[in-house]
Amino acid sequence: MPLQATIGLETHVQLNTRTKIWCSCPVNADAPPNTAVCPVCLGYPGSLPVLNREAVRKTVITGLLLGCEIPKFSKHDRKSYFYPDMPKDYQITQYDQPLCLGGGLEIEVGGRKKYVRINRIHLEEDVGKSTHLASASGIDYNRAGTPLMEIVTEPDLANEDEAFAYLTALKRILQYGDVSHCNLEQGNIRCDINVSVAEAGAKKLGVKAEIKNMNTFRGVHRALAYEIKRQLKAVGQGETLVQETRRWDDDRGVTQSMRGKEDAHDYRYFPDPDLAGIVLTVEQIEAWRSGLPELPDRRRARFVESLGLPEGDAEVLVADKDVADYFEQVAAASGGNAKAAANWVMSEVMRVLSESGENVTSLKVRPGDIGALIRLVDAGTLNSTKAKEVFAILLEEGGDPHEIVKTRGLAQVSDQGAIKAFVRQVVDENPKVVEDYLGGKPAALQFLMGQVMRLSRGKANPPMVLELLKEMLAES
Amino acid sequence: MSDLYAKSLRELRALMDAGDCSSRDIVQSLHERIEAVDGAVGAYLERDLQNALKQAAAADERRAAGEKGAMLGIPVAIKDLLNVKGQSCRCGSKLLEGYVSPYDATCIAKLRAAGAVMYGRVNMDEFAMGASTENSALGLTRNPWDLQRVPGGSSGGSAAAVAADAAIVSLGSDTGGSVRQPASFCGCVGLKPGYGRVSRYGLTAFASSLDQVGVLSKTVADAADTFGCIGGYDPRDSTSVRQALPDVSGAFSGELKGMKVGVAEEFFGVGVDPEVEAAVRKAIEHVAGLGAEIVPVSFPHLQYAVAAYYIIAPAEASTNLARFDGVRYGARVDADDPVEMMKRTREAGFGPEVKRRILLGTYVLSSGYYDAYYVKALKARALIKRDFDQVFSACDVLLGPVSPTPAYRIGEEINDPLTMYKGDICTIPANLAGGSGMSVPCGFSSEGLPIGLQILAPAFSEDRLFRVGHAYEQSTDWHLRKPQLSASRRKTGDN
Repeated sequence: MPLQATIGLETHVQLNTRTKIWCSCPVNADAPPNTAVCPVCLGYPGSLPVLNREAVRKTVITGLLLGCEIPKFSKHDRKSYFYPDMPKDYQITQYDQPLCLGGGLEIEVGGRKKYVRINRIHLEEDVGKSTHLASASGIDYNRAGTPLMEIVTEPDLANEDEAFAYLTALKRILQYGDVSHCNLEQGNIRCDINVSVAEAGAKKLGVKAEIKNMNTFRGVHRALAYEIKRQLKAVGQGETLVQETRRWDDDRGVTQSMRGKEDAHDYRYFPDPDLAGIVLTVEQIEAWRSGLPELPDRRRARFVESLGLPEGDAEVLVADKDVADYFEQVAAASGGNAKAAANWVMSEVMRVLSESGENVTSLKVRPGDIGALIRLVDAGTLNSTKAKEVFAILLEEGGDPHEIVKTRGLAQVSDQGAIKAFVRQVVDENPKVVEDYLGGKPAALQFLMGQVMRLSRGKANPPMVLELLKEMLAES
Repeated sequence: MSDLYAKSLRELRALMDAGDCSSRDIVQSLHERIEAVDGAVGAYLERDLQNALKQAAAADERRAAGEKGAMLGIPVAIKDLLNVKGQSCRCGSKLLEGYVSPYDATCIAKLRAAGAVMYGRVNMDEFAMGASTENSALGLTRNPWDLQRVPGGSSGGSAAAVAADAAIVSLGSDTGGSVRQPASFCGCVGLKPGYGRVSRYGLTAFASSLDQVGVLSKTVADAADTFGCIGGYDPRDSTSVRQALPDVSGAFSGELKGMKVGVAEEFFGVGVDPEVEAAVRKAIEHVAGLGAEIVPVSFPHLQYAVAAYYIIAPAEASTNLARFDGVRYGARVDADDPVEMMKRTREAGFGPEVKRRILLGTYVLSSGYYDAYYVKALKARALIKRDFDQVFSACDVLLGPVSPTPAYRIGEEINDPLTMYKGDICTIPANLAGGSGMSVPCGFSSEGLPIGLQILAPAFSEDRLFRVGHAYEQSTDWHLRKPQLSASRRKTGDN
């Protein structure tokens, strides 16, 4: 039988709550080192944790979006190991009674759909951040106590592409649920990979390697591609693999052994006596369920059915929640021209985003402005070329589109007399082209049309130009 | 008035209310008393007279402005594991050398708001682990009744200070008897409120599910007043209860008619010294004579209490004490890499009893042993809780001994941890079940050592402890006897 890889992912997601999980310090990784801290998140003697209910809500929301079961009782446990960046030298996490159980999400790779099962989601605390200097180490505890949700899959993924698709789909749901900022550069999403290879169809999984602390999806893809190849080669050559923890070296593009199974920690989990368990009532869970946001699949269907967008447009627009929100606002301001709104967002807006790396929410051009441009074009006040010029101005400086059109004289010229004068001039100056057109070369019309637009500095109403041009050529 | 230091909290309050003395006078008087006797007793680790006088002056101003309050202007000695902003908090350990609390424990904040004067930090077994205060890394504390003997522990400094009239009241903490047993050894009142009653926020944790802040005092009424100040719900402690404090207005009538007092013979079958047994039985008869009805009850699972406790408490402690690693505060022994630094710091910083319990706790939580030890201990704990439920369905309070023996000699038991652990048998059950309890002086051994009567009640029925304790105390004179301490400046280490 051929060898086959089996992959499970443990994804750590920082929740976007205002305050930390056990204290009222702000969640703010950008604050100067060790300023967003207090006796609780520093683990000072005598300090005690009090659970942030909003962190519980966001975790449960995620569970509901992923179709998890929400047990009515869950609790927190202490996980013991010594490390300087962990203030109490134990992490408060959830061991055997997490907030969410089961569930899953659908991914699509190469046109094939696949359901990836979730094992559990639990809520724990993030630790501080170590910095190693030449002669000393520093620790910033601002991050310590940031609510961290761990989403654990079943071993349902078969290759690096599926892992990548899973993470992308997961991120989209996290964004839709507004549970995390999902900023990978900030370490909002970090991932541990479990991977093994065995004969396809074998009942027992192979010997697994755990690759810790991946912080880009690209990295996960590359690390898996490397690691699967490494394991396949080893097993193919009859080597016996050992269970171990490995580290991904992104510069060299290889995984390296960190420690074997014999060095594995005994975490000595036991229920945290400082915290009462979490009891959720059916009413509470149902109230949260009824407030769930619309997920991408549903939204895509709605864009097609009620806004009349083509499937392809809807798919592109819902990929990013912020972009989809932006589009909806453009459409709402467009006077009913959803297709035009989709075209603007997919072409102009998304181009700008990919060029600048900006988030759509921070663009100077507000969705209402684009809606206004669409209405100006539809009303014949502005032609599409000039509309793009206005867009460029809005992008740089912001402002009111109507004002810009007015003060810069960009309004379309629809005055028949004025356009007729331009047409006459062009026909008079280009007798040869006119001859070509009359001789049966329709392409010549495009040239004449361009000349008229140039004379009008792009402001002439193009359909009107075309009409008058044809009229005049017919007369000549 | 030169003997202010010898008075009770309530007496001092009356004097201040009458304008016969000030809080400053009391602090000054205490200061002189401590100077005179604490060289021999060794209860105090640190004192800041100037700071205490400043707090006292502020309390005097509040009283002058017409404010009245149970604790206004009363000096309180603090066990070394409670955080008081700006003070050290060494927990009887070398490891917390140099640590300065950045915050007030909730019970301290409440005392402060009530105008009490935080005066002095008193000795304890390192991280509250011990029953004699001999495990303190910071000095020896002696029993004021016999300087060759231990004051009990772990709140030994708190008890010795009160017994020596070197404190009016003191705060302690009780995880397995650490307030009640030293109170019994030193002949003062020791109150352990129900679990969840006094916020643990700011109490350096030994065993989180068992720890409770308690009070040591000269009288039951003084303990009740202090408890009334420090108790109550605290949103900073998830295990604190939202229940109102008990109504104690009827608890000081001296009336015991209609009270049912349980006696469980199991508490006398654990190797109790005959003199202790005689004193406690006599006290129970006395209580019956005050009108209470004696009800025989049984406590079948008492024999499992010590074993269960010495699994659960060390398990919790092994993680609670993990944070003392030299990284953020306290002493540090440097090394080339951080993990090695943490190891060396802990190796050098913890004393032998603390290490023993951390090892015990680490062991019982290890994979493969968790079910055999920790889970089994939780089952025993549940049975003990059930014993209490049954007991209190038949009676209002349970009476018995606090400790099987009176205070033993310094050095006598410290090298035999198992015997020491067994001495906790009568006090541990209340911690395992979360109930409330109190020790009240009830006699003396032939060698002149105090003996305590233990009163146990359901978790949030502390009023019953006050009722029975006060009636008994006020109809006997054990609490009025004072140890003979010569007012010389003897240094710790002299006999």
